[in-house]
Order: sequence, then C-alpha cells, then structure tokens
Amino acid sequence: MKKRTGVFVCHCGINIAGTVDVKKVADKLGKHKAVAHSEDYVYMCSDPGQNLITNAIKEHKLDSIVVSCCSPTLHEKTFQNAAKAGGINEFQSEIANIREQCSWVHKDKEKATIKAEKITRSAVERVNKNESLEPISFPVTRRAMVIGAGIAGIQAALDMANTGYEVVLVEKNPSIGGHMIQLSETFPTLDCSQCILSPKMVEVSKHENIKLLTYSEVQEISGYVGNFNVKIKKNPTFVDPDKCTLCDECTKVCPVLTSDEFDLGLTGRRAIYMPFPQAIPATYTLDDKHCPGLLPIACGKCADVCDPGAIDYDMKPEIIEEEVGAIVIATGFDLYEKEEMGEYGSGKYPDVLDGLQFERLCSASGPTQGEVLRPSDHKVPKEVVFIQCSGSRDPEQHCAYCSKICCMYTAKHAMLYKHHVPDGQAYIFYIDIRSGGKGYEEFVQRAVEEDGVVYLRGKVSKIFEYNGKIRVWGVDTLAGKDIEIDADMVVLAQAMRPSKDADKLAKLLKISIDKDGFLQEAHPKLRPVESVTAGMFLAGAAQAPKDIPEAVAQASGAAAKALAILSQENLFHSPQVAKSIPNLCTGCGMCVDVCPYDALSLKNGKVEVNEVLCEGCGTCSATCLRAAIEVKNITPYQIYEMINASLGG
Amino acid sequence: MAEEFEPKIVAFLCKWCSSAGSDLAGVSRMQYPPNVVPITVMCSGSVSPLYILSAFNKGADGVLVSGCHPGDCHYIKGNYYARRRIALVKELMEYIGLEPDRFQMSWVSAAEGIKYTKIIKDFVNILKPLGPQTNLRRSQ
Ligand SMILES: Cc1cc2nc3c(=O)[nH]c(=O)nc-3n(C[C@H](O)[C@H](O)[C@H](O)COP(=O)(O)OP(=O)(O)OC[C@H]3O[C@@H](n4cnc5c(N)ncnc54)[C@H](O)[C@@H]3O)c2cc1C
Ligand code: FES
Repeated sequence: MKKRTGVFVCHCGINIAGTVDVKKVADKLGKHKAVAHSEDYVYMCSDPGQNLITNAIKEHKLDSIVVSCCSPTLHEKTFQNAAKAGGINEFQSEIANIREQCSWVHKDKEKATIKAEKITRSAVERVNKNESLEPISFPVTRRAMVIGAGIAGIQAALDMANTGYEVVLVEKNPSIGGHMIQLSETFPTLDCSQCILSPKMVEVSKHENIKLLTYSEVQEISGYVGNFNVKIKKNPTFVDPDKCTLCDECTKVCPVLTSDEFDLGLTGRRAIYMPFPQAIPATYTLDDKHCPGLLPIACGKCADVCDPGAIDYDMKPEIIEEEVGAIVIATGFDLYEKEEMGEYGSGKYPDVLDGLQFERLCSASGPTQGEVLRPSDHKVPKEVVFIQCSGSRDPEQHCAYCSKICCMYTAKHAMLYKHHVPDGQAYIFYIDIRSGGKGYEEFVQRAVEEDGVVYLRGKVSKIFEYNGKIRVWGVDTLAGKDIEIDADMVVLAQAMRPSKDADKLAKLLKISIDKDGFLQEAHPKLRPVESVTAGMFLAGAAQAPKDIPEAVAQASGAAAKALAILSQENLFHSPQVAKSIPNLCTGCGMCVDVCPYDALSLKNGKVEVNEVLCEGCGTCSATCLRAAIEVKNITPYQIYEMINASLGG
Repeated sequence: MAEEFEPKIVAFLCKWCSSAGSDLAGVSRMQYPPNVVPITVMCSGSVSPLYILSAFNKGADGVLVSGCHPGDCHYIKGNYYARRRIALVKELMEYIGLEPDRFQMSWVSAAEGIKYTKIIKDFVNILKPLGPQTNLRRSQ
C-alpha cells in the first residue's frame, strides 16, 4: 500500500535557505508518488512550525512525515512528538539532515539543492517502509547486587540499601573491608583507616536491606538490565557463625601454622582463624586447604574444644541464586607482585617490603603492634629507602600506566616512619611527584619540610643484600650523580593492578576490560561509572588505580546510576531491534555467532531474537547470506531504496 | 569544452561516530565537494557487501564506509566485522575488474570533522581521474 507522506522543509533562517533552494526541494518532493503534501517553513522546530506539521497531518490525512532540517541528534525527538500530536506513530517520522551534512558544508546553491533533494528523497523512501512500533516495556527486579566489598563496594551497597532497596553484597574473602582495612593511616589527613572504615562495616552487617554473602563468588549470570539471574557459590567456612561465641579456644589448639594473608606474610595464622579482630562477619573460618582434620580422624582438635559445637566438618559449598535488576562491580585491585621485580630482588629479601606490608608494620593492630621493625632481625631500621613507580610507568618490563596513588602513599609512609623512628632517615626515589588532589601537594611538602624526607629524583637500578643491609644503587638525575645507600629496609611502591581473576569475572559478566586489565567504562569522560553492558556499573580501583576519596565518589555515582534503574517499575527499550524472517532462515547460526549481545539463539533450527537484549546494531543482518534477519525500520530493502535515491535514480 | 566529470559517492556513516563527525564538519562550516550523499546506518558492521555492490550497480562512482575507530564501536565490535568484510569486498572488486580505489573505508570519530572533510576531498580527487564507473552500472 502506498503511503501518504508529508515533507516539511525547514529554512532554519538562512542557515539552510541561504545555500539550498528550499522551495524547490519542497516542490520537487511534492511530485513524489508517496508524498501527499509538502511545504517549507522558516523554523520548523519553533512552536508554530510544529503546529504546522501537526495540523498538516490531520488536514491531509498523512500517515508519515519527513522533516528536512538539521541533524537528527538535535530535533528527532521534537518531530516524533509532533507526529504523535498529529495522531501518528512516532516511528513514522524521519529526519533528512540537510543542514550539517549539506547547506553548511557547501557553497554552490544549485549543487547543494540537488543534494538536499536526494537526502530528502532518501528519507521519504525510508519512511515509506517504516513500521509503527511501540517501545518494548519490561518489568524490573527492584534489588541490586554489589560484587566486591572493599570501601567502594561497601559505599555503593550502603547508598542503595539506605534508599530502601535490597542489596546482595558478594565478597570472595571471609571478611569485608578490602585493602582499606589493612591500611594504617590514610593520606592526606593521617586519620586511622580502621577507625573510619569499621563503623561502615558494622553498618553493613546490621543493615536490614543488605544480604551479605562472604567467602562467595559469582559463578554464572544470565538475563539483562532490570532482570539478572546470578548464581553464587558460597564456600563452606565449617563454622556456624550463629553458634560461635568468639571464645578463641580453637586457634589455641590448632596445630597448623600458615602465613597470614591479612598481614601479608609478616605473621602466621592457624588453619582455623579470624582474618582480623574487626572482621565482618565476626566469626572464624576453617581454611580447608591447610586443615588436616576435615576428616576428623586426622585431627579434630578444634571441634573437641568448641563448647557450643559451632564447628561442622560436613559443611558443603552452597549455590545461591539471586534475582537482581542492577549490578555494581567493585572488585578492587591487587599489588603487582614483588616476585616480578627481578631488579629489586624478586621478593627474596625479608627486609624489602611492598607498600601494603609497610602499612601493616605501621599499624597499631599489626604484627609488631605499630613498632617499625625489620622483619629479619626485629631491629629498628635507621635508614629506609622508598622506591616509587616500582612496576609502574615501565612499558618495557612491567606496567605501562601510572598507578596514581603511590606518590601519595609513599610520602605518607616516609612520614609515618619518621613518626615511629624520629632519628631515622627516609629517602624516596621518584620519577615525578604527582600530587594532584585536595590537600595533596601540601601533604608532600609537609613530608619534606617537617619530616626531613630526602627526595631523590631518579630510578633505582638494582638492590641486593650486602653486609646485613640492603645496598641500593640508584641515580640522582638532578645532581647528576650515582647514589649508593646501605639501607636497613627498602619499601617498594608496587604498581596497582586489577584484582586477581578480574578478567574471568569480566568475561562471565560480559563486560570489557581495558588493555591493562582494568574494567572498561562505557565512555572515558561522559560515562565513567557505567560498563558497556546496560545495568552493570563500575566502582573503585577495579576500573582504574584510585585512592579512597575517588573510590567512594565513584561508588556513590554507580549506586545512583543503579538506583535510576531500581526506582522504575518498568524499563523501556527501543523497538528498533532485529527481526527474523523464518521462512528464509536455514539455521546456519552465523548471526548468532556475531551478535555482540548474545541476543540471538537458534530454536528448532530457526533464529530467534531476544528483543530486550538486542540493541539493533544490524551486524546480524550484514552477516546473513539469505536476508533472513533485518533490523526494523532500517531493513536491506529500505537501504536499497535509499541508495537509489542518493544516486538520483 | 566538456563539463568536468563529477563522481557520485554514497557514504555509509555509522550513527555514533562518523555521522556525528560529519555533523561536526557542518557545525564548524568546513567545506567539501557536494559529490557525496550520506546514508546514516546504525553501525559500520551493519553494512552488507551487498549494499556496496548495489550502490555501484545503481551508478555510484565511489562508495565510502565509515565507522568508529577500532575499539570504539558503540556496539563493541561491529567495526571489526566491517573491517574483515571490507578486505573481502576489495578482493572481489579486483576480481570483477572494478578499481579497488573506488571503495574506501575510514574511521572517523565524533570529534573528527576535519578528518571527514579531508577524506571526502581526497576521495573525490582519487575518483576524478578514474572517470565514470561503468563495469557494474546496470544498463539504463
Ligand atoms: C600501600 C597502599 C596505601 C594506600 N594508602 C591510601 C591512603 O592513605 N589514602 C587513600 O585514599 N588511599 C590509599 N590507598 C588506596 C586504597 O587502598 C584504595 O583506593 C581502596 O582500597 C580501593 O577500594 P576498592 O573497594 O575499590 O578496592 P579493594 O580495597 O581492593 O576492595 C575490593 C574487594 O573486592 C573483593 N573481590 C575481588 N574480586 C572479587 C570477586 N571476583 N568476587 C567477590 N569479591 C571480590 C576483594 O576481596 C576486596 O574485598 C592505598 C593503597 C595502597 C596499596
Ligand atoms: S557504531 Fe560506529 S562503527 Fe559501530
């Protein structure tokens, strides 16, 4: 059936009319067999212009319109609304861009007019075959999931829970808190990290809207924005937290001693342990990798002394299924391993520490109760060398990027060291000092002026053990001389890298990672908290190296974005999605393979489109050899007609 | 003297980058020859080789496909598929005796109005000496 299209050509003052003969375009198109009415007007986007369109639709019984004007990015919506006001479907409106892509880029009026006619005709041909469509509406599961419970995940979970929505918080370790709970004091104010974080951790554990799943990992996910189904594996702790009274009798009898993760190997722990005193949930975990007694015949000592009977060797992993509408991913970072640093001893010298170990050494709750002592002989180190950019900014051998926070925490470390050992000397080797941030530059100055920290600009080429000390060979490029220091201790500001297995999780969630393995945001400037997958948001150091204030800000941003989804009962999706033509489909599955969104599947030998997942990119239709799949309102047939019109045929 | 040959070009521009880049050329009032008529598609990955051949068949002297830079496709990887297909189209063109230069692929971001302008100017200059495309043109 032939359509009754209306063509409306805008002058845009002289912006279009100065170069394009708009009357001629309107006249010429008026002769097209599908065009029932055409006219030009000085400003179509003005109120009178829109009314003109609405009235013409009614008066001339139009079923579709083409507006020849500026770029669709500006007024596509305006004219769709005008169409609706005239009583026709918004998808029966098309824009012909004759300003940005024509009048503004050409001077020759005759040629520009011919081109404008072609562009307009192309839009007429397209709208001629447009279907009327309604936005696809689907209900939202109004709860959220947060993966990773460092400060970023905790903040995002609290923000959402406090708004009244239920949040499932998934953490792979036995306790929440992430790396921040390991820190001693925090720059730029030197307030105690545990003192500011533990109240938030307690709030999480007591919150009626937060379901906390620790020692748990995401295993499987399906669904789409608004309706994700997530399967989580909860590992057995072999201790019933409800029965455990925290009497600590079990650790006293456990015969196993292994290295303590929380203190990064500076101390040991038992096979049954509490990660640290403020752990949330406050309970013990039996680590089955080290415990000999899961078969009670082998040991079973802890169960024997546990009066309340909280220990259960038969506890099994549990698979928990959760339905959520939005997901925040906050899996944080890990430090680049010292073992990777051949030039700095590959981690084999006990008195060469990484930044986190040094935090533990300074911490009042740490292995030395806050005394800075050498791990090798427990002597107070009198000369300490701090090496910045250890593993960062080194594209040849290590990580190419800047880890951003090390300049600041190294200044902090040198200060903390001086506060603990006032007669000691701190040296810092650096490439540049990057102290952008509120109060940050002042903080670095304070390290130099008040604590007499010596900054040496240059790299350290090698460190090695020498006479019970660590000999450091470096250069001072400002003074132009080689430096040799026999240090009692060396602290490496190791690069921040994405947390272990972040790539696997990203693959599972179908979000991208960047060249360094950090989670990829949807746009580096304008969509920094969104992933490329709708309904999944990023927070904290998982997305890029960042400090606590930035991690918290991004977490609140991600929470707000997730809440924008949860606060709606229904979501809408553009109906310009793929459509299959079953009698042409042979079920070869090529389109299924190329779809970036997993929106296609084969059912009984024919392709089927999940309209909610489909974004309408059209990759499928370009791949199909038999034209058995196309995107609504931009079908191959429409394109052929548009090509014809564009060539004046 | 005969009028100078003006090649007809069809340009398939992806909506998110290249069409936006050509809009920017307009907003910045850059000038380029009016030989090109743009068709905005969702993604360079949606341009079937058949569209390209169809354009030649209907009398195009040159065809341009332009998308987001590799890695920047709004649909994650559409332009990678486009790039692979394009290599095949070039081979096919050679095989059927059509100058491969009549077909171009480019990456133009939303910020690259200047680049778009230059691509069109250069393309017109490449096509002029080639003369009208007759091999695939359907007889009128
Ligand atoms: C030595 C050092 C000193 C620092 N000092 C300061 C300072 O003074 N001031 C400051 O502002 N910043 C400081 N920082 C930076 C600060 O530690 C980080 O900004 C902050 O920890 C980032 O928080 P996060 O939640 O993003 O990541 P993390 O703290 O790394 O937390 C991520 C959480 O996610 C969990 N997780 C990871 N993968 C998974 C998974 N697959 N499933 C479930 N859970 C998972 C982890 O177990 C962890 O609990 C310092 C960093 C270092 C290394
Ligand atoms: S959207 Fe631009 S190439 Fe895919």
